[in-house]
Amino acid sequence: MTEFENWDWETKEKLISEISEWRRKFPVIHEYVVSNDGEKISAPVKTQEDAFTVCVNGEIWENTFEKLWSLRFGPDDRLTCLCMNDDEWTVATDGETWEETFEYVWNIQFTPDGKIIAVNVKGKNGYRISLNGKTWENGYVEARDFALSPDGKNTAAGVQTKGLGEGDIFGFAEGVWTVAVNGVPWKRNFLNVWGIAISSDSSKIAAEVRVGEYEYTIAINGDIWNETFKCVWEPIFYPKGEDVLVPVQTDDGWTLAKNGQIIWERKFVQAWHQKFSPDGQRIAAIVAPKIGKWTIAVDGSTWNKTFGDAVLLPVFSPDSKKVAAVVKENNRWTVAVDGIPWAEDFDMIWDPVFSPDCNRVAAKAEKDGKYFIVVDGKVGKHGFEALWSPIFSPDGNKLLIKAVEDGKYYRRVIPVEKI
Amino acid sequence: MTEPAAEAVVDPGIDEKIKKLTPERIESTINKVLTKGAAARLKVYLQTCVHCGLCADACHFYLSNDKDPKFSPVGKVKQTLWEIIRKKGKVDGGFIKDCSRIAHTECNVCRRCSMYCPFGIDIAYLLLLVRRMCALLGVVPQYLQDTVNSHAVTMNQMWVKQDEWIDSLQWQEEDAQDEVKNARIPLDKEGAEIMYSVIGPEPKFLAQLLGNIAMIMAVAGMDWTMPSFDGWDNSNMPMYSGDFETMARVERKHHEAALKLKVKRIVMGECGHAFRGAVYDGPKWLAWKEPPVPIIHAVQFYYELIKSGRIKIAKKFKEPVTVQEPCNIVRGRGLGDMLRYIMRATCEDFRDVYPRYEHNYCCGAGGGVINCGPQWKKSRVKGNRVKAEQLKATGAKFVVTPCHNCHSGIEDIVEHYNLGMHTKFFSEILIDVMEIPEDLKVE
Repeated sequence: MTEFENWDWETKEKLISEISEWRRKFPVIHEYVVSNDGEKISAPVKTQEDAFTVCVNGEIWENTFEKLWSLRFGPDDRLTCLCMNDDEWTVATDGETWEETFEYVWNIQFTPDGKIIAVNVKGKNGYRISLNGKTWENGYVEARDFALSPDGKNTAAGVQTKGLGEGDIFGFAEGVWTVAVNGVPWKRNFLNVWGIAISSDSSKIAAEVRVGEYEYTIAINGDIWNETFKCVWEPIFYPKGEDVLVPVQTDDGWTLAKNGQIIWERKFVQAWHQKFSPDGQRIAAIVAPKIGKWTIAVDGSTWNKTFGDAVLLPVFSPDSKKVAAVVKENNRWTVAVDGIPWAEDFDMIWDPVFSPDCNRVAAKAEKDGKYFIVVDGKVGKHGFEALWSPIFSPDGNKLLIKAVEDGKYYRRVIPVEKI
Repeated sequence: MTEPAAEAVVDPGIDEKIKKLTPERIESTINKVLTKGAAARLKVYLQTCVHCGLCADACHFYLSNDKDPKFSPVGKVKQTLWEIIRKKGKVDGGFIKDCSRIAHTECNVCRRCSMYCPFGIDIAYLLLLVRRMCALLGVVPQYLQDTVNSHAVTMNQMWVKQDEWIDSLQWQEEDAQDEVKNARIPLDKEGAEIMYSVIGPEPKFLAQLLGNIAMIMAVAGMDWTMPSFDGWDNSNMPMYSGDFETMARVERKHHEAALKLKVKRIVMGECGHAFRGAVYDGPKWLAWKEPPVPIIHAVQFYYELIKSGRIKIAKKFKEPVTVQEPCNIVRGRGLGDMLRYIMRATCEDFRDVYPRYEHNYCCGAGGGVINCGPQWKKSRVKGNRVKAEQLKATGAKFVVTPCHNCHSGIEDIVEHYNLGMHTKFFSEILIDVMEIPEDLKVE
């Protein structure tokens, strides 16, 4: 039984915390975050001048910090933030700080189980990545972003291996950027590296690379594809194995390529955010057949309907048969499932979630300053002050609603039909 | 090829790069742009132009260089694109060098000339096409190319590192709190009404502008955020060098930052070219007909705040002040009236310029010209004497420049022509004159 199945799916309503009380206790409260299971609500709070701490369900951590930000619950619902005292930054989890401190830390990432927490760090030895406080040995002139493998064994970042003087376009043209894996750089440098991905077994690292001013390709563990393209976007690995799938721009337009070979015959004005279905058999991507006409293509075939403003990331149903996505037309947002948009539209809408049996789709939406649960296009009765995305129960019959109403944060479990 | 109109300038981005060119590469690159890279309008423009020369009087370079025809818009096209087409791309490195000088440094692609063309030909587009050819051949002025390299690496134009960006915001938030109680720069606030974006020079050189907006947002009671991650910079010099692939990558980051943060709209700081890149050129390349999240310029935003009463004016700025109208938001978007509204609302002695609105002169810095670097400063300021004369005629002591390129370009002109004026961003005026509500006053 997973953690998710162990959550309390029976108690209909829990008043977790009266956050209106917090407002009386603390002069400053920053943005609220809630745990995945909905049992906790938290925010950075100011207790006195130059002293911030974290408040969880009304209780504060013992330690205080001069600065505190990027507060979030990890996948295991431990609460992590970045914090600073005496100009030294570190990471704090559930009130415990790392022993190591840095000139700066940013960009918290977690492994899927939440056990490993990684961040970009800057220190005396340059720019590096730190995992649970253990930092790369090699530091760089700069390290931007990073990817963390699911098992936590590998981190990979775009790194600058050599400094450049002001306006040194010739030094730049020689290539001073590469990917470092666990601090060890690839043997070859490039003009640029972006969009790093790690294979599911953690053995391969792929990245977009620029090999000439107008030549783009993919490098895998430092070796580039034979093929170059006018442009490429972020690679992803096939769910099993070492194959890599990438949007590429050819003379005829954008399409998808596997290991350098075009796999979708049809070309588009744009194609990006490709995604595999849970069974790994289908591929969906956001595409634009024409300028201002956005839709989803599944295995190269587009939905019949297009949307004028935007289409966001495709979401597969657990059985891999359906695809939902946030869509926007005439500055109104809604969700479309297999190309069919909900009748109702909204000021804003969040990513859709499928029920485990794949028959229902739910989302958080905003209208007229209130937040609503929407299921299959039907808008819930309650408009909340704050709301987080709903979660279906394991049997798909109930929804976990995490919401603020009248200054109180509630965790509710309600039958889907009673939203 | 005619003699250079400007003094010879040493620029390794051009001089060294042309040494590597071969006739074959030049010809094939040019012909690829002409056949695959150029839109149908190229053919229309070429067939429509009657060579009347009426565009000449529109150009500040032409007017400021004693009406030397080499600086006229049509003259610049004649020296570059017409020759390229006539010779079917069979030109040499020296010719490409001249093309880069003319297209990158002697034209601000400000589009004033289109207002004077009887057919409305977008002559700036023709010179951008020449820039594209030069860029594909690797021939771009050194400092402009360095800025493009910065965009490609960091997604911002000033080599600002990720930690430097966040640190600057946190520092400026603290400074703002010295002036306005609880002023904040909320980072990564998902679902905020507004994502505020700026250009690289703000965290690099003009961090106080970040503090200014924190104060203004707090006083106006706005629900806003800024991304801690790449995508915060709305500027785009690759758009002007001719590197459209990097232009698109930068724009994608900016728009996807807004989509990720689930904001209703983007408010951009005081910059003109950034508006063009984010609203027009960038989205089109990426297949968005309009920006996926609506974008407004700072001038529109300040107009909203003042007109709606969200910001009240406690006192007016007393010194005589005039204004520079950024081409990309006034000629390009028609914000001239809003700009005058906010000027009059905040300044006691606003002195308008002539010519004005869409007929106003460019600052001479935009279109990537100031980014071509110090080597080209002399020809740039010499090429905008008319702007100096225009500003001087107002008798103002201050010039409000709601655009970073205008700001720097006007400063250079003020200095070169000894105008005795000072430049200000509008936010600098606004924080001086706005009313801070009692509950936000620092004790």
